[in-house]
Amino acid sequence: MSLALNSEQSLIARTARDFVREESPVASFRTLRDRDDPLGYSRALYTQMAGLGWTGILFDEAHGGAGLGFAEMIIIMEELGRSLAPQPFIGCVGLAGTALARSGAGETKEKWLRGVVDGSRIVALAHHERGGRHDVVDVGARAEFRDGVFVLNGAKSLVLDACGADAFIVPARAVDAPGALTLFLVEANAPGLKVERQRLIDHRNCALLELTNVSCPASNVIGEVHRGSDLLERSIEAATVLLSGEMLGGMSQAFELTLHHMKTRVQFGVPIGSFQALKHRASRLFMDIELARSAVLAAARALDCNSNDASRLVSLAKARCSDAYKLVANEAVQIHAGMGMTDACDIGLYLKRARVSETIFGDARHHRNRWAQLSGY
Amino acid sequence: MTSQNNFREEVRAWLNENAPDALKGTSAGMLDGVWGGRRWQFRSAAEKQWLERMAGRGWTAPSWPKEYGGGGLLPEQAQILSEEMKSFRLPPPLVGFGLAMIGPVLLRFGTEEQKARHLPAICRGEIRWCQGYSEPGAGSDLASLQTRAVREGDHFIINGTKLWTSGADRSEWMFALVRTDQSPSARQKGITFILIDMSDPGVAASPIRLISGESDFCETYLTDVRVPVENVVHEIGEGWTVAKALLGHERIMIAEETGAHKNSGGAIPADVELTSLAKTHLGEIAGRIGDQVVRDQVAAIEMDSCAISLTVQRTRDAELAGQAMGPESSIFKAYGTELSQRRNELKMHILGPQSVGEGGPGFDADDLEATLAWLKSKAETIGGGTTEIQLNVIAKRVLGLPD
Repeated sequence: MSLALNSEQSLIARTARDFVREESPVASFRTLRDRDDPLGYSRALYTQMAGLGWTGILFDEAHGGAGLGFAEMIIIMEELGRSLAPQPFIGCVGLAGTALARSGAGETKEKWLRGVVDGSRIVALAHHERGGRHDVVDVGARAEFRDGVFVLNGAKSLVLDACGADAFIVPARAVDAPGALTLFLVEANAPGLKVERQRLIDHRNCALLELTNVSCPASNVIGEVHRGSDLLERSIEAATVLLSGEMLGGMSQAFELTLHHMKTRVQFGVPIGSFQALKHRASRLFMDIELARSAVLAAARALDCNSNDASRLVSLAKARCSDAYKLVANEAVQIHAGMGMTDACDIGLYLKRARVSETIFGDARHHRNRWAQLSGY
Repeated sequence: MTSQNNFREEVRAWLNENAPDALKGTSAGMLDGVWGGRRWQFRSAAEKQWLERMAGRGWTAPSWPKEYGGGGLLPEQAQILSEEMKSFRLPPPLVGFGLAMIGPVLLRFGTEEQKARHLPAICRGEIRWCQGYSEPGAGSDLASLQTRAVREGDHFIINGTKLWTSGADRSEWMFALVRTDQSPSARQKGITFILIDMSDPGVAASPIRLISGESDFCETYLTDVRVPVENVVHEIGEGWTVAKALLGHERIMIAEETGAHKNSGGAIPADVELTSLAKTHLGEIAGRIGDQVVRDQVAAIEMDSCAISLTVQRTRDAELAGQAMGPESSIFKAYGTELSQRRNELKMHILGPQSVGEGGPGFDADDLEATLAWLKSKAETIGGGTTEIQLNVIAKRVLGLPD
């Protein structure tokens, strides 16, 4: 499959760039941040994006989607990443949406998937627990089957796009079969569910979930009972590619801002970009970004065609993006020097976003370990 | 698409029939390839037969025009040929500076006479070429070269010293940069690209012993060498333009040799050599490399190698899609060579005490080979423009940073 953009993809890229620049510049992110917005994103803008078809890109036409794929989705993610637009694509579309789409038939699935596809519902997936690191199996939440319903207990942390979500997909272990995971859909108003906003350095929408005897009917099991690990892992892979696309946009923008600074900031009577010490650093960052881009494009296409290499390419994309975004952001602060330390300069926002993005779904070290494991060494 | 499928079938059948069985499954790198020239010693009858058959079909230079000995293939067809050769794991029938560097330059800048004279001989592997660029006083600052070419009627009389001329003692021809305008202000504008017959009595090549103990390069002395004016490629004083075009080809060639182009497009290549070396020397725990730090480094090298291959593929795909790309050959050269060096360094680390032998008892052939490869890899970030020069090129031509 070609790693170049086809004409339809180029058109999507242009539309996305124009729209995000116009409607969701970094200034809007700052406004939300400064007024301590409880959602951290604009629901009205999300509805507009859904109207452009962005929430349906990954899903088939039978569910109201566009029947496109990850190759198209990452184009949108890149533009969102450039302007730090905090829309709930990674949690809602990438994690929850793909889990619902692959979970077989059922009324619950149909209803919530349609809502995700048309943008009318926000669903979050609570894959992480405090104390766990990056493994899917780090789940301590418990599910007990009592009187015809599952009763859930446990706590989840760093749940992406959870504030303002209409429902949550919660992985838990059955008390009588602790070796297996099951995914449960819990509506936001379920008794015993507490959602508490977490504050991250990058102001991503994120929450802590506490489940105290939350009851969940069997019809709200997503996928099959005790067979949730694979579904969860594949959804995390999907969301990892979305996140990698967003990171690619973020690092590209931070790098371009830095290049601009190097061309315009004058010291010793010349633009600082004329100094070889800085030129070489910029050239190395450029190479890292180019390699990250190739990896993200390849991972997206591998998922689209169910390639045997898909899992490894997803790890390649996330490892390269984690390392490259962190390096670009660190270097960007140093090259912006004093200005880079101020809140008024956007570079600090990218620095913090890079650091948070690095840890979500596993850092570079985690993904190199995963690559080695999948490669048989 | 059907015609391409037909072409693939035809290529496969032809290779199956004509490629010597002895060479199938032996795919080698460029350094182990057939470099050609009148002094070339074939290592087997199969090697000679393979070259002759491929040259007969024009497939030593698949995409060059048929009239000059090439195969006249479209880019997609050349890609198919390369893929089919890979599937039989066949070595290239012929390698060297003729095919990779001067050939493409003559196709673009050469006169009809130059093309007709040199290209068919290159395709048949009859002529080996060396490169006369660097001088004792002109390394990274190539434009400061001092070799003088003074016009005398229909000839130039050339005097000077060229350095790092690969295989000059085994080559029939040299493509060289010489100074035709001696005025101090001329710099790049005073440089001319010229073809020198190495059989001229004024040419003397002296091999240089390197840190590896080998002598791949020469210092070549030019003393009153007479070269006809018609051997100038492009215009007199326009050599720098030609040199830059050729350096692009050289960087791609070096990147190819260091592995950046290998296996691109197919499944993810596994670095079996590195992983099994690590398991042998550092032990295995449940199938994993026993040393966690080395395991992480092996994975990093395999992954980075995959990422650079994908970038090469992306460049090619963009070209096929008609999208313009920048001077990206600098990326491949700069990144690919450092990656290759990291891999060699890691192999040395894995071998540990077995990595320090030069010969004699106590070392296996594989140990000695790894050590030699490590020493030779030091040249990769130097030849064809140092990494520092590549980074300058990216900064200027891609990123637009000021001088």
